[in-house]
Amino acid sequence: MNVNLTILFIIMGCAIVTIIPRITPFILIRNIKLPKIIIKWLSFIPVCIFTALIVDSFIVQEGSIISIDWFVLAAILPTLIVAIWTKSLSLTVIVGILSMAAIRLLF
Amino acid sequence: MSGQVKPIKEKDVTFIQGVKDCIPTLIGYISIGIAAGVVGASSNLSIAEVTILSALVYAGASQFIICALLASASPISAIILTTFIVNFRHLLLSMTVAPTFTIYSSIKNIGFGILLTDETFGVASTKIANRQYINDKWMNGLNVTAYVSWIISCMLGAIFGKWISNPEPFGLDFSLTAMFVALLILQLQHQKHSKLKLYLSLIVYVVLFMIILSMLMPSYIAILISTIIGATIGVIQDK
Repeated sequence: MNVNLTILFIIMGCAIVTIIPRITPFILIRNIKLPKIIIKWLSFIPVCIFTALIVDSFIVQEGSIISIDWFVLAAILPTLIVAIWTKSLSLTVIVGILSMAAIRLLF
Repeated sequence: MSGQVKPIKEKDVTFIQGVKDCIPTLIGYISIGIAAGVVGASSNLSIAEVTILSALVYAGASQFIICALLASASPISAIILTTFIVNFRHLLLSMTVAPTFTIYSSIKNIGFGILLTDETFGVASTKIANRQYINDKWMNGLNVTAYVSWIISCMLGAIFGKWISNPEPFGLDFSLTAMFVALLILQLQHQKHSKLKLYLSLIVYVVLFMIILSMLMPSYIAILISTIIGATIGVIQDK
């Protein structure tokens, strides 16, 4: 059971910045009111960040040259179809893992 | 979440009832928790580190992101800033639920806030929307059940992930990306048809910016800037 001190600091930092938005409304609810434009901006964050993270998973950076990891891109296709079809997190993850395993086995 | 709305007596709204109301969400917690544990282990975190991460951060998507950033050796500042941005949406969830609990002490309210997740928010806000009575005991039953299940699932996932020494041939490293695909689709699922076009155009913009920016800067900065530009375009285009 080893815990790296740097990792522990990162986890604690992440915990603090996660807890702040979670508890602030519970402490200040009578006073807090975010501007409408900020609320709207926040509403677009999840879709944009998930897209960015998916793209990041199939881009391979080598200095200023980038290439595409075709295996990952190929596995994303069935995963996307299952996600749209079933709207289930667990099924999507399972099919994604199986697709990736199948692609690596075949090629 | 129970489908039918029936009048509930105040004395029936107990900690145990909160536990029972959490059960339908547990399949989600357990499967995602195990996946998060496997991803943590395959990102070279120890079982203890995965357990601490799940106990302290307790947020599915950002735990995946933290693991991805740790694996790509991102600077600490970038990891914490990204986590802050990803989890900032909790403010919206808390703002929705907090008015129900203003009669309780600050300490209790901090407890409700720390343990609020998308799923417990979903259960609690459905009760509130249906005008069903809920109280502090019920909320704690709901929150604590979800929290304990999450930590145990993450730990089991990490043990499982360590047991398989090389996750790549099994495709387990892809669980992270698969998770993001599912979360993206679930986000789109709740949008009105008229808004879907806007969201699809934002996805195209973010893909283009990610490809261009990845040639110019490290990926963790490209992720942040692409996301910020995407959300800003969303605000400008959404009239």
